[in-house]
Amino acid sequence: MAAVSIEGVGREFPGLRGGKPTRAVEPLDLAVADTDFVAILGPSGCGKSTLLRIVAGLDQATEGRVLVGGREVTRPGADRGMVFQSYTLFPWLTVRENIGFGPRERGVPEAERRRIADRLMQQVGLTGFADHYPRMLSGGMQQRTALARALANDPAILLLDEPFGALDHQTRALMQELLLQVWEADRKTVLFVTHDIEEAVFMANRVLVMTARPGRIKKEVAVPLPHPRHWRMKTTPEFAAIEEELTEAIREESLRAAAMNV
Amino acid sequence: MSRAPVPGHRQGRSPFEPLVAITPRARVALGVAFFVCFFALWGGVTWGGLVKPLFLADPARTFAAGWRLFAEFGFIGDVAITVSRVVGGFVIAAAVAVPLGIAMGAFKPVEAFFEPFVSFARYLPASAFIPLLILWLGVDEAQKLAVIFIGAFFQIVLMIAVMIGETRRDLVEAAYTLGAGSRGIVLRVMLPYAAPQIAETLRLVLGWAWTYVIVAELIGADSGIGHMIMDSQRFLDTGQMIFGIFLIGAIGLVTDLGFRAANRLLFPWQLGR
Ligand SMILES: Nc1ncnc2c1ncn2[C@@H]1O[C@H](COP(=O)(O)OP(=O)(O)O)[C@@H](O)[C@H]1O
Ligand SMILES: [Mg+2]
Repeated sequence: MAAVSIEGVGREFPGLRGGKPTRAVEPLDLAVADTDFVAILGPSGCGKSTLLRIVAGLDQATEGRVLVGGREVTRPGADRGMVFQSYTLFPWLTVRENIGFGPRERGVPEAERRRIADRLMQQVGLTGFADHYPRMLSGGMQQRTALARALANDPAILLLDEPFGALDHQTRALMQELLLQVWEADRKTVLFVTHDIEEAVFMANRVLVMTARPGRIKKEVAVPLPHPRHWRMKTTPEFAAIEEELTEAIREESLRAAAMNV
Repeated sequence: MSRAPVPGHRQGRSPFEPLVAITPRARVALGVAFFVCFFALWGGVTWGGLVKPLFLADPARTFAAGWRLFAEFGFIGDVAITVSRVVGGFVIAAAVAVPLGIAMGAFKPVEAFFEPFVSFARYLPASAFIPLLILWLGVDEAQKLAVIFIGAFFQIVLMIAVMIGETRRDLVEAAYTLGAGSRGIVLRVMLPYAAPQIAETLRLVLGWAWTYVIVAELIGADSGIGHMIMDSQRFLDTGQMIFGIFLIGAIGLVTDLGFRAANRLLFPWQLGR
């Protein structure tokens, strides 16, 4: 049984003031196997976030349904951890308290929450920042905290919506390695949205290319590179070949998207 | 090669550019300086004979009158009763208004039910209720508390409902994906998010509560600062009247400083704002 199965899921947003509705996602099917790492790649505005939000239960599909662990998704839940592109740490909580938020909502006692947070801070390299408030952290550290916060519930599925999109190139590369290490250690099922081709190939086992709005799955490319992956892999011919194939597919869609928006 | 100016660099930035910070010492010195100017002007027009003592007592006479009030007329009792009325009425209003405001901000049906009436009631002038309230409740404490309650309650409810309703949606969504339910969202996301603004609102409304209580005491009371001011008018003692008004300002200033210190302690994550 697939960990996540998206069955004919589509989304249409009602038009403003009786205008014509916007179709963000064309009904699509997708099955993600347990412990798989799938990257969803597509031009901006093609419905990637919308699709991920539907899986998270933050948005409702207009048609179709999403099954997680065989059960239909109706609302958000702790079994699906999410990291957003924007910084969403709670400003009034310290790093440790932010990470402990999910366990706290589940009624995990203080001492246990501390233990969970300390272990995760170690894993994502935040030791020594436990008592810092988010406003004292750099963007990269905030997103590491957000990742640790999502992991603290030990969710079966991680939904990542361009989590490194706002970071500079170097920080981004470090975060990719960090996330990869986390996945190699915990083998969670990951749905990773990005518009960065290199990032998608480096991290994922499968890369799906979405068409320009309305989003459909245009192409699927397997990434047969072995784990553990090292950043040097980015310079190998195998890596470059996959990147090229995806670049070609994305380019067509970006051109189509640009033409649509004229 | 010329060097570009460094933003925020100390040299070369005039404090009269927008939002350029000043040192804490300069801040205190400037604040005190205004009080010095104020007293100098007051002393100037009274001692200089520009205004007759009948209309405006000079600073020395005002503070002498204040001293007499405390020493001979037991004024401390009036101050205590007025302060307890303000605090009492304010606390009762806040205790009901804060939870209702939170419920309105968080739950749209609650908002739809209460909001139109509260918006209407907010415009009813509290002081206009005083004659009615005297009829209903007499001139006792209940009437004073009721005036403050009417003046403060609707304002607090509405402002808090707005602040809670403006909680960042992305934080609410993040909390949902972390497994929070309705209770968790309201108590552990919306409330802490709005808490600093709620504190600020309460500080503001507490200031208005002083106006309502003094008006109530001017119209019908046998004790309190407002009652003393009304009494002093009968003897044309402008020194006492001005001292009473001055004292209210001083109490307000001290309360404000207390609120600010409490905010720094309660909301440390906002440091540097
Ligand atoms: N709440 C909404 N109301 C109306 N239109 C929306 C809403 N959210 C997204 N859209 C539209 O749906 C399309 C896809 O958006 P999104 O999923 O955010 O794209 P992506 O994440 O791929 O950049 C966009 O054209 C966007 O304008
Ligand atoms: Mg997006």
